[in-house]
Amino acid sequence: MWNLCTNALDTAKLRGAAYGDVRAMHLRQRDLTTKNGQVGTLSQSESIGLGIRVLANGAWGFASTDRLTREGVAACAAQAVSIAKASALAKRSEVVLAPEEAYVDSWQSPFRKDPFEIPLETQLALLLAADAEMRRIKGVTLTETDMQFRKIDSWFASSIGSRIHQRKVISGCGIAATSFQGAEIQKRSYPNSFGGQHSLQGYELVESLDLMRNAPVIAEEAAALHSASQCPEKVSTLILGASQLGLQIHESIGHPIELDRVLGQEANFAGTSFLTLDQLNQLKYASAIVNVVADARLDHGQGLGTFAYDDEGVPAQCTDIIKEGKFRGYLSNRETAHLVGLDRSSGTMRSESWNRLPIIRMTNVSLLPGTWDYDDLIADTHDGILMETNRSWSIDDRRYQFQFSTEIGWEIKGGKKVRMLKNPSYSGITTEFWNSCDAICKFDHWTLWGTPNCGKGQPMQTMGTGHGASPARFRDVRIGTAFSNQ
Amino acid sequence: MKLPSKSKRASTAASAGDADLLPERELRRIVDTVLRLSKFTGAEETEVHVDEVANALTRFANNAIHQNVAEHGLTVSIRTVVDGRTARATTNRIDEDSLRAAIEASLSLAHSQPKDPRLLPMPGRQRYRSVNRFIKQTAVLSAEDRAHAVRRACDLAVKKGQVAAGIYSNGQSQSALANSRGLFAAYRETHSEFSITVQEGPAASWAKANSSNVRAFDPQKLAARACEKAHLAINARELPPGRYTVILEPAAVLDLVGFLFYDFAATALADKRSCLNERMGRQLFGENISITDDAYHPLQQGAPFDGEGLPRQRVLLVDRGIPRNLVYSRVAAKAARKQPTGHGFALPNEYGEAPMNLVFGGGDSSVEKMVASTERGLLVTRLWYIREVDPYEKVMTGMTRDGLFLVENGRVTGAVRNFRFNQSLIEMLKNVELLGPAVRAAGEESFEMVVPAMKVRGFHFSEVTKF
Repeated sequence: MWNLCTNALDTAKLRGAAYGDVRAMHLRQRDLTTKNGQVGTLSQSESIGLGIRVLANGAWGFASTDRLTREGVAACAAQAVSIAKASALAKRSEVVLAPEEAYVDSWQSPFRKDPFEIPLETQLALLLAADAEMRRIKGVTLTETDMQFRKIDSWFASSIGSRIHQRKVISGCGIAATSFQGAEIQKRSYPNSFGGQHSLQGYELVESLDLMRNAPVIAEEAAALHSASQCPEKVSTLILGASQLGLQIHESIGHPIELDRVLGQEANFAGTSFLTLDQLNQLKYASAIVNVVADARLDHGQGLGTFAYDDEGVPAQCTDIIKEGKFRGYLSNRETAHLVGLDRSSGTMRSESWNRLPIIRMTNVSLLPGTWDYDDLIADTHDGILMETNRSWSIDDRRYQFQFSTEIGWEIKGGKKVRMLKNPSYSGITTEFWNSCDAICKFDHWTLWGTPNCGKGQPMQTMGTGHGASPARFRDVRIGTAFSNQ
Repeated sequence: MKLPSKSKRASTAASAGDADLLPERELRRIVDTVLRLSKFTGAEETEVHVDEVANALTRFANNAIHQNVAEHGLTVSIRTVVDGRTARATTNRIDEDSLRAAIEASLSLAHSQPKDPRLLPMPGRQRYRSVNRFIKQTAVLSAEDRAHAVRRACDLAVKKGQVAAGIYSNGQSQSALANSRGLFAAYRETHSEFSITVQEGPAASWAKANSSNVRAFDPQKLAARACEKAHLAINARELPPGRYTVILEPAAVLDLVGFLFYDFAATALADKRSCLNERMGRQLFGENISITDDAYHPLQQGAPFDGEGLPRQRVLLVDRGIPRNLVYSRVAAKAARKQPTGHGFALPNEYGEAPMNLVFGGGDSSVEKMVASTERGLLVTRLWYIREVDPYEKVMTGMTRDGLFLVENGRVTGAVRNFRFNQSLIEMLKNVELLGPAVRAAGEESFEMVVPAMKVRGFHFSEVTKF
């Protein structure tokens, strides 16, 4: 593979490229699902190819190919240069890259059990057993389970001399029970909605989830939600479960700090950001107990945003995003770093596959643990609502105003969970919401959640991101808006 | 190792079109290779999909091109059946060893599961209605062509002191589907798209079009429209949330109603996750709402066959407000004692089927007439980040974006800050007062459909944002 990468870079240089980097990738995936006790999807796929990005005449070009011959790769590199020269027809300034060292390295994400080596029969048997456990519960009308495994090999080479091989193993698993009754569809998922938990782990992730114990729990909750009280519409204290808080971080912190959005590069599609450059080191983003980092290092955990090097050949880093409530940092790349006074990229360029251009992406954008024990947090809450497991999510294109709903809620009175609530939702303005945070649970309750389906870029790219969070409390939040006046 | 014919196609030109697609006989050769190899593996039946794309996309922001990409890819996806079990394996390597490995992977997956009592024999040879959606001018549009058009659009914005961002893309794709019972289907099409967002200070507006024919839209006209509306969008004032009469431009309609389409799948009803459960045959929407799924409509795109190779049929889904028909895969049809409609997804899957070529019945109004007829309301350019809040009442939430305007006494009187909505689609389609002609609309939340602009009373905006 290195020969093809070198061949591509040599061709690009001959054609006039001032800089080039190549990503060859081999992606393998296995998907298993069940529905109502029957196997649904059962498939595996592989894809191998190469993409080259070049700077010529001060502008970018990118081309990709699955023709992994010397001729095919040379043609692809020549096409990338040709495209870059076309880009230069409509440029306003020269692209300037922050300096970066050359690295020659090989890295593999840690895993204990290769999911591709676990017999399919074992994997399916677990899903079908969990499915059967959910179907035992009266009132459940639809049961679904899924597992997804990926193994990604990538070879990065650049014209500054980097040669980096990385292998990642990613696993995901989840189950869900749905109940249709009267004029209502209620659903509960475990350990998270939209496919469960995903992380940079092997099959040990699946084994850690204890699906069999949790299957009847969520099935019973799905059925019970029909007779639960409607979540009221009011301004109240809100406690968010860790997975929902993970998505709240993703939408209201992770996306607004992407420097390409801030600079208008995503204005036509994903949108822009309220975090204009003048806000850096000035904005009181959150209350003083809130600390958020973007951390791609393995030290942070085995998240979907963990790697050794980004897809621009920059080593994984930890960047302060919010420190003691103050806005401290963006996600940057080699092209944008200097705009925020950095002399180096923060290492967040990622591409979905060999046929996609790397773009600025979240790594693991995590809320650092606080000091509270979970039981103490509930006991300390006189009147509030606890919401768990995302059901819907939406935020405006500058990331100010959001609305989330969750699968289940619990009314808290006098420090105790007193009753189940259905159709819970909350909404607010990003900075007002984060400034209302007055309690964050400690590390014992902290999980590095995986969001496997973050869409961005044109052509669209789907990327996995990590979000560490523990349950946290927010004051004076608008509750119940999604179902108001309906 | 690749087929020799592929390396011959290698090109140094910077256009999607110059990376020509394989001729159909080459697709047949891949298909025949897979079917021949599978005979020696113990597969009782074999199905093969070959999909090839050659796409290019120029992206601009801050009045300049900042990303510019091209891709070529070909995948071979193989489904085998053995002893009442089926599974799929996909590869993008097309040498014989790789194809054989994919067949064996598919068989290995199939063997690992219990028998599927619903599994049907693969369908035999079918007849397809021909559609022509491959336009050479679209295929050959080059990176230079796109760059010049982008430059002109950006110059327009610069001249007005505005900032433009967007894309200009073109490409070609083809698919072949065959099985060991003699079915063979092939389809190719081109596609092109121009989308532009223009910002003037904190205000923004947007225009977008796409077609198989790159000459069906004019990037300069779209740019001019976005520039004009961005200027109208300045000095937005804040209005209180509440229920408003809205005039939804086609893109806004598209992105909302796109969330209905899965509910017309017979499998979704069988799973009791459709909003049409216990509502079929009832007056659910207004009498002015009729919806058809029609892959052959001149403004539609896509193959005339489904994931199993059955010909797509035209299906009347909603007749004057009453949901009348669903779409059926072969398995769903057998369970419901109906005929399949040619809307099944590639097997195996858990979703069954869905209509993918929705065409709404239009009316004789227009956005201008709707504005003129409105005493007080809001003109909505597009919607954003739409998600489902309540699956049965089909309550959707989302934001307005890139141009929300107040209409008073029959004319647009100014810009308004963006709202969040929480609106039942069922209720919305009961409250449609006027319809424009149905057009091919392009949005961001749904696949393209043929939909009209709509004037809707009592649309529910629940909160307002900061811009």
